[in-house]
Amino acid sequence: MKKPDIELKEILPGRFPDNVAFAKADDFINWNRKNSLWWMLFALACCGIELMQAGGPRADLDRFGAVFRATPRQSDLMIVAGTLTLKMARRLRMLYEQMAEPRWVIAMGSCANCGGLFQLSYSVVRGVDKVVPVDVYVPGCPPRPEALTEGIRELQRKIEKSKVLRKA
Amino acid sequence: MANPEEIAKALETEFKDAVLDSNVKNSKFPHVVVEVSRLNDICKFLLNDDHMAFDFLSAIAGVDKGDEFEVVYIIHSYLRNHSFAIKTRVPRSGPRVPSVCDLWAAANWHERETYDLMGIIFEGHPDLRRILLPQDWEGHPLRKDYKYPKSYDGIELRRDDDNWPDPGDKELYE
Amino acid sequence: MSALNTDIWTLNMGPQHPSTHGVIRFLLKTDGEIIEDADPDIGFLHRGLEKIAELLPYAGFMPYTDRLDYLAAVNMNWGWALSVERLADIEVPLRAEYLRVIAAELNRISSHQIAVGSLASDMGAFTPFVHAIRDREMINDLFESLCGSRLTFNYCRIGGVSHDAPEGWIERLSDYLDYYEPMVDVFNDLITNNKIFVERLKKVAPISAQKAISYGLVGPNLRGSGVKFDLRKDDPYGIYPELEFDVPVGLGYHEGELGSCFDKYMVRIEEIRESIKIIRQCIERIPEGEIVAKVPRNLKPPEGEIYCRTEAPRGEVGFYVVSNGSPKPERVKIRTGSFAAMSTIRDLARGWMIADLVAIIGGFDVIAPELDR
Repeated sequence: MKKPDIELKEILPGRFPDNVAFAKADDFINWNRKNSLWWMLFALACCGIELMQAGGPRADLDRFGAVFRATPRQSDLMIVAGTLTLKMARRLRMLYEQMAEPRWVIAMGSCANCGGLFQLSYSVVRGVDKVVPVDVYVPGCPPRPEALTEGIRELQRKIEKSKVLRKA
Repeated sequence: MANPEEIAKALETEFKDAVLDSNVKNSKFPHVVVEVSRLNDICKFLLNDDHMAFDFLSAIAGVDKGDEFEVVYIIHSYLRNHSFAIKTRVPRSGPRVPSVCDLWAAANWHERETYDLMGIIFEGHPDLRRILLPQDWEGHPLRKDYKYPKSYDGIELRRDDDNWPDPGDKELYE
Repeated sequence: MSALNTDIWTLNMGPQHPSTHGVIRFLLKTDGEIIEDADPDIGFLHRGLEKIAELLPYAGFMPYTDRLDYLAAVNMNWGWALSVERLADIEVPLRAEYLRVIAAELNRISSHQIAVGSLASDMGAFTPFVHAIRDREMINDLFESLCGSRLTFNYCRIGGVSHDAPEGWIERLSDYLDYYEPMVDVFNDLITNNKIFVERLKKVAPISAQKAISYGLVGPNLRGSGVKFDLRKDDPYGIYPELEFDVPVGLGYHEGELGSCFDKYMVRIEEIRESIKIIRQCIERIPEGEIVAKVPRNLKPPEGEIYCRTEAPRGEVGFYVVSNGSPKPERVKIRTGSFAAMSTIRDLARGWMIADLVAIIGGFDVIAPELDR
């Protein structure tokens, strides 16, 4: 088959000037992305229970369009909830690399932000951002479901401002 | 149901010179200290004898006492409704204890964990490998002279904020 | 037609998996459906709690015991407080004992709700899980007004409890119990008597009482095999000798095998009812008084050691504490129920299918931080 003259990935991201037409196009693309954030179930420890309660009936994450998926191949967002140990760190990186772009990471809870109260331990990674790049940090031990909802809203605000077609 | 003094006396009459020490009178943790080489026979007696009938091995703990390690076996009996504990001591330079896996099935994983965290080798264990830490970890963390590693698998252990107070910091790492 | 010839190959299950309860990994040797060998690989949540205990004073270790089993935090706190109190001969006031029992039994209800809900969710039914979470939210609200936190409570102190019940809390608790007791029957109508659920669990992996005792199983796992032993009745602590309740055991419900996953599930449902009975008795009898004993700020228990066990929702939790007279303990060994339950899975899962392995893990109610500490 004849190779096309221009590949699609050469046209789209980051090439266009910053004027009104492309800003509106970017708004449309960002509106799509932020309202259907599918998150991957990555509950490691206690924050995982608050994650499940956040997906439950009272503080509902589904009203933001965020449903959970079990596999990284089908998800845009990875909420790392709980303590990351050195034995698990390699698997976290592997799962992050299996997610397709665009992808975001929320670090939920003190243990994921900085090691939490396990900074005295010999086998805990002090912060998930040593392994994957993090977009939003949600503090708390464990954070309330409402705090996680605010974290997802914060991520949505970040996505609204991002430049997809325009030059960054 | 037997009280701890009767159990200690039964052990002393049965195995005269293997029982080194006992602490059963008005004690919060009644136990006897036995010789390492006779450990298997003593445990077999405690399991099979009708008046003892210790069928439930609750925990195996290793304690670092300086120049020797202590291994504590905590046992209970559902049939007779009593509890007891046995300790043995091994030197730090060559910590080898016979395994009791064929007597209590619960001993398998407890002995693996004691090997992993304390470094005590159980002879006769079918599958002695690390259970909680990664297989290529170096050192045994619960020893008193253990120093935390600087990094593992390319990840550095310390966070770089020097302002955060970290109690016990210097002794842990150097 | 000749039989199919299939090879045995190795399949990796976990550590990130929606139905292993926490981060647990299995190396399965299977021919595609029937398991030949299931080797558990644990330690993905090993945070070194026993080493941390040697670095902190006795009262400072209390928040770490919450994270030992986060679904049953008050029971873990109580185990640690009981060990140190027995070691240092501290007497706890009566009102604190009653508050401890109320909080512990409420936590037992909430932990069993998640256990039965997630077993149903592993079997494919999603609605019972959402029911369980909805009812659990109200218990979280009660705890939030009692001690300020929804999940890791840090409620017990050495010598008592941290906060007293505020105004009107006992009435709210009583209203919740009146609301929740008929909901257990609603839950049973929803899933427990459902034919598919029963058929999937009632003959899977039965354990005889002999084998259960030899492997060191405790709690509902042991009672599901028919052994009637509960620490609250047979080796009691606190004010449990004065309270009246029953101890449910597995009976081979629905003509299944004794000791199967369904028996353990039914033991948990019945235990929820017993806990409601216990809380009601405590509400009637709770006295006025202080909530914490006078403990020196720099607590130095006398030299010695102790082993103390309490009944947590997942079995008995034992703390072996060695003290050498200084403010920090010399050695703390924590013995949990899930560790023993996990060690039986290698022998138990041989010959069952991979979907049955999910049922076995859910039936044992294993939770990752109890395994790894």
